Amino acid sequence: MGKVINLVKEELISDVRRDYILRLLENDKRIDGRRLDEGRDVEIEVGVIRKAEGSAKVKLGDTQVLVGVKLEIGEPFPDSPNRGVLTTSTELLPVASPVFEPGPPNEDAIELARVIDRGIRSSEAVDLESLCIIEGEKVWVLFIDIHVLDDDGNIMDASSIASIAALYDTKVPKTLVENGKVEILDEYEPLTVRKTPISVTIAKVGNKLVLDPNHEEELVMDSRITVTLSEENEVCSIQKGGSGTISERDVLESLEIARNRFKEVKEAISEVISRRGD
Amino acid sequence: MEVGILKRADGSAYVEIGDNKVIAAVYGPRELHPRHLQRPDRAVVNCRYNMAPFSVEERKRSGPDRRSIEISKVTRLALEPAIFTEYFPRTSIDIFIEILQADAGTRTTGITAASLALADAGIPMRDLVSACAVGKVAGRIVLDLTKVEDNFGEADMPIAIMPRDNRITLLQMDGTMTEEEFKEALKLGMEGCRKIYKEQRRALKEKYGQGD
Repeated sequence: MGKVINLVKEELISDVRRDYILRLLENDKRIDGRRLDEGRDVEIEVGVIRKAEGSAKVKLGDTQVLVGVKLEIGEPFPDSPNRGVLTTSTELLPVASPVFEPGPPNEDAIELARVIDRGIRSSEAVDLESLCIIEGEKVWVLFIDIHVLDDDGNIMDASSIASIAALYDTKVPKTLVENGKVEILDEYEPLTVRKTPISVTIAKVGNKLVLDPNHEEELVMDSRITVTLSEENEVCSIQKGGSGTISERDVLESLEIARNRFKEVKEAISEVISRRGD
Repeated sequence: MEVGILKRADGSAYVEIGDNKVIAAVYGPRELHPRHLQRPDRAVVNCRYNMAPFSVEERKRSGPDRRSIEISKVTRLALEPAIFTEYFPRTSIDIFIEILQADAGTRTTGITAASLALADAGIPMRDLVSACAVGKVAGRIVLDLTKVEDNFGEADMPIAIMPRDNRITLLQMDGTMTEEEFKEALKLGMEGCRKIYKEQRRALKEKYGQGD
């Protein structure tokens, strides 16, 4: 076939290690001592990049993701002349894992960015209309760039948390429009963020559902489900991953697990945001 | 739905659902090059989802964009659980999906067609994979959105299952739903998949004669 798209390098895990992880899970135990429905600690830092209009660094256990938000003036899409433009991209940096290679984003990077993008877009977390400068001509284009620095598993959730935190951190320059010309002022106002979409990823390993899988658990998982909630009772995106299958019951149970985790993470984000306000 | 519509491909199928027109072809199991990509214990499944430039209202630039790369990936993951890849070590099974005309729900139509093409290629499978989308329009949960409904709807959720044991192989959603709506949608979607399953079996029987 002309072009092989499926060129993602695979990492191996020894059979001994795999058996060990699986045996622990049979007794509802995990290699890092967590409960099955226990997520890793979340550390959030905002405003870490001064040159970006918004930024956040998130540590999810040993997984680290940095997100920068940049703004540029551009043209709106013809079908939404009064709305700003939102674009999300991911780079799986070679520093983050022995299997990440330099080059254009592969399918994993693209999927990750698109799942995050869908969460933000479908929950209408960002007020895109507030990013309109001159209707039909000039709007702010908002770039969310996700930089994965260290992949110790579940870069999806780390990226999601970092993205929304960076959006809360984002300041939009004020503009002055005169005779169709746009002047960017040296004053800023915070970006209007209306909701807090947070993705929660659950791995299915054998017949167990495991919240926030670490890297080794990802190597033994059969499939994965990512549920993005924007409120406790509002699902705004779902993505099944991995080459295994899941049952209807798995999905419903995942939803339950996701809701609890959502509350936890949302609190952590609110805390960081309110502290910044002081 | 029609099976075996292409002469050169090892397996093929044409599926029309509403205004969606989709061709799927399967080549393989065949030798995989370069050889370092071969797996000693199983076949590698490749999948390419591609939209014809004329398949949509506004001409689409040909070649893969970010959307089709993601869809290719989730389609591959939706089909792989059904294939006994371990029967064909060191080979590849290449699945090509061509969207000729699109009216929302192309990825699910593509999966439905590709699974028929795999069966037509004689590749041993645990089950057919049947796919269908469900969504929310004006606050109501409905099956298989059209483009217009999708544009004005609040949520869209493609699902693929192996209907014999109802295992889910693809599940995506975007838009907003409450938990209750989601549960209803999942039920309805899986029911839709089972309807597609009947049609798939009918199409296969039409070509290969009777017998369960």
